[in-house]
Amino acid sequence: MSSPVESLVNREYKWGFVTDIEADTVPKGLSEEIVRLISAKKQEPEFLLEWRLKAYRGWLKMTEPHWPNVTYPPIDYQDLIYYSAPRTQKPLGSLDEVDPKLLEAYTKLGIPLTEQKLLAGVAVDAIFDSVSVGTSYKKQLGAMGIIFCSFSEAVREHPELVRKYLGSVVPTSDNFFAALNSAVFSDGSFVYVPKGVRCPMDLSTYFRINAQNTGQFERTLIIADEGASVSYLEGCTAPKRDENQLHAAVVELVALDGASIKYSTVQNWYAGDEEGKGGIYNFVTKRGKAARGAKISWTQVETGSAITWKYPSVILQGDDSVGEFYSVAVVNGRQQADTGTKMIHIGRNTRSTIVSKGISAGRGNNSYRGQVKVLPKAAGARNYTQCDSMLIGNRCGAHTFPYIDVQNPTASVEHEASTSKIGEDQIFYLKQRGLNTENAISIIVNGFCKEVFKELPMEFAVEAQKLLGISLEGSVG
Amino acid sequence: MNQAYAEAFERFTKNGGGAGPAELLGLRREAFEHFARTGFPTTKDEEWRFTPVAPITGREWRLSAEAKTSLVTPADIAPFRFGPPAWCTLVFVDGRFEAGLSHQPKLPRGLSVEPLSQALEADPALLSKVTGTSFSALNAAFVKEGVSIRVSAGVELADPIHILSVASKAADGASLNTRIVLHVERGARAQLVESYAGLFAAASFTNAVTQVTVEAGAWVEHSRIQRESESAYHIGLTQVDQARDSHYRSFTLAMGGAIARHDLRARLGDENVETLLYGLYLGRREQLIDNHTAIFHDHPNCRSWEVYKGILDDASHAVFNGKVFVTPEAQKTDAKQTNRNLLLSDRAKVDTKPQLEIFADDVKCTHGATVGRLDEIAHFYLQSRGVPREAAQQLLTYAFAAEVMAEVTSAPVRERLDGLVRERLGVSS
Repeated sequence: MSSPVESLVNREYKWGFVTDIEADTVPKGLSEEIVRLISAKKQEPEFLLEWRLKAYRGWLKMTEPHWPNVTYPPIDYQDLIYYSAPRTQKPLGSLDEVDPKLLEAYTKLGIPLTEQKLLAGVAVDAIFDSVSVGTSYKKQLGAMGIIFCSFSEAVREHPELVRKYLGSVVPTSDNFFAALNSAVFSDGSFVYVPKGVRCPMDLSTYFRINAQNTGQFERTLIIADEGASVSYLEGCTAPKRDENQLHAAVVELVALDGASIKYSTVQNWYAGDEEGKGGIYNFVTKRGKAARGAKISWTQVETGSAITWKYPSVILQGDDSVGEFYSVAVVNGRQQADTGTKMIHIGRNTRSTIVSKGISAGRGNNSYRGQVKVLPKAAGARNYTQCDSMLIGNRCGAHTFPYIDVQNPTASVEHEASTSKIGEDQIFYLKQRGLNTENAISIIVNGFCKEVFKELPMEFAVEAQKLLGISLEGSVG
Repeated sequence: MNQAYAEAFERFTKNGGGAGPAELLGLRREAFEHFARTGFPTTKDEEWRFTPVAPITGREWRLSAEAKTSLVTPADIAPFRFGPPAWCTLVFVDGRFEAGLSHQPKLPRGLSVEPLSQALEADPALLSKVTGTSFSALNAAFVKEGVSIRVSAGVELADPIHILSVASKAADGASLNTRIVLHVERGARAQLVESYAGLFAAASFTNAVTQVTVEAGAWVEHSRIQRESESAYHIGLTQVDQARDSHYRSFTLAMGGAIARHDLRARLGDENVETLLYGLYLGRREQLIDNHTAIFHDHPNCRSWEVYKGILDDASHAVFNGKVFVTPEAQKTDAKQTNRNLLLSDRAKVDTKPQLEIFADDVKCTHGATVGRLDEIAHFYLQSRGVPREAAQQLLTYAFAAEVMAEVTSAPVRERLDGLVRERLGVSS
């Protein structure tokens, strides 16, 4: 190992700036009053408040899970601010009225709303400290009957849909962090694609945690009605701070008969410094439910966060439904990732594919944890799992914990895993062809991740490749 | 329940069960206290998540020492013997050594076989060499009988030693704690066959511990056959410690027991060690068969190879968990683990969890797991050649199992195993 890879890995977190915006925050701590306050601030209907309170009361009885292969100091849940919103005078009429400082922040992040509107043809719903600040392309989508708005707006405009589907995939009692999220979630994105409609463009949200000491609890709900299809992109960054910040999001996908949802994430939260100081705790619950003939596909590129703890899952409930999970998880410095997926085969002839690529460098620890469950009625179920790990240096770790439960003899489940390193010979070969070490490594790593990157929408794939290069900077050489 | 065990332990020590040097009693007490602290595992423990042991832990077992003398004849034992009669065969009935049923030929030079009690008297620390589960702690607290085998440096044994533990009718309701200690010195070569069988459908509880030490350059083949009655309970732990340049190969066949669990832990304690673990488990009716293996690669340039296969019929349930740990020092590790399962019935169930934990970068580690049924195309091929469907099914099932059995190097052992498996699967030879 010599320096190029090391310098490659150690480049500074470029998105670590802080935007100074007046924010409307609630006092620290969590109590029933805070839950009520959040709900009141958001002028929510009664059912939602009841739902939050139910979640909060359930949460009080739960204990934080410690089974993931990660370690972190205990979190003081009373020392967090559960709601923070940019202070604005009046409701925003259009994107042009958005605080220019905010727009500037987004520009720094590389997603200028206005520009992207023109160039990329991507409809963006940007979340700034939990409150959605502007939604572009709304009109064009609206004409097709597609609803794409902030969660709060959906609560106001489409309470019947929210009421019907909220918690239908991830119930409030699901797990500790999901319960916490259900109690205090501040905003998020909402998508509804009506029957038979193919959403003509990729929908996108850019999450960003700005305020200090705030937990970010967004809630995303995507519903694809019968025969509909939608592709959704999610990207995340956070300013650089010394304290750890908690991010406990919930994403629910509902794919009705014959529908298809593709959910892509590029997660680049601040990972903390080399000594593991600061960084985001990314404890996320993501799950989709696929009805007959529906398809749900998760693609994730996880390069950030001090700790990542998430398992985007698919409940293959309807016959012939399909679930997919493509993941690249990179850990460097002192990052820890415990991530993977769950594929629950309930319907007949359900199929699932899992491709997971873990890259560990520095002192990072990367765990793949997955479950493939075939229930007795899932005749003809089929799963293929491949999980590969690459280690760079010998102070990092790669772990695999696949659980395979099969209760039907006609099911076929295959799991393969391998671990390898970047071979000297591979680097030598590329150098001999005129590439420098850094590029050689980048090519090898990108090749290793290719199966996942090819699942990402184009703009995202480019970003992911860049991010990968950045997060590995300095790790090999 | 722990209270009952505590009382039993006090009775046991008072009755001289813990005879021997004071140190030994101290170690037994330590083990018992460890058990009392940790208690029995439940399905809330990750290691026992799919294996509910409540039927074992929920009842009170008599200690084997209190069982009445059984009437077991050589004819009863005959079907469970292995290989030619000349082999050294030590028979334990209901946990007690039976000299009359055993065959103890004149031992070759450099081989010593002694009762466990004698070995413990000479070296009480032997008892604490196994770090295991709360079951193995219980074994350490109560174990009286067993065997200690030592093969001197450079000695190459021609024949395997067979340790046969059978449960008779008298074992119903009794817990049988046995322990085998095999120590193979530098450059020696040995084969051990360890088998557990049931003479009757007795609900006994075998709690067995085997500790194997393989010194530098030694070679060991260890076959473990568990075919207890299907109303018996079996919990086993095998711990293997290997030194430099040593070779250890194990074959386990698990086909008995209502609930049967075997933990196999191999520690590759120095460089250039080779460890081969092969396993076959056959479940039927309501059996629950659990195999847990753990391979610890702590040093560079070692190789481990593991293949476990299972065939599950009726409403049987198999659990497999294979762990491979590679420490940062263990560069150039070559580890491969495979678990394949065949489900023959709608009600059969498999929970498999192959697990890798790797901290070194220059290694080659892979694992694979599959669950499925027999290949339809292979079926079709055989049927098109005039083989009836049922026979084709048997043939393919047998072939699936035969692949692992072929790895047993001792021909007599292999043939005997083959016969057992054929009989169980209903395949004529």
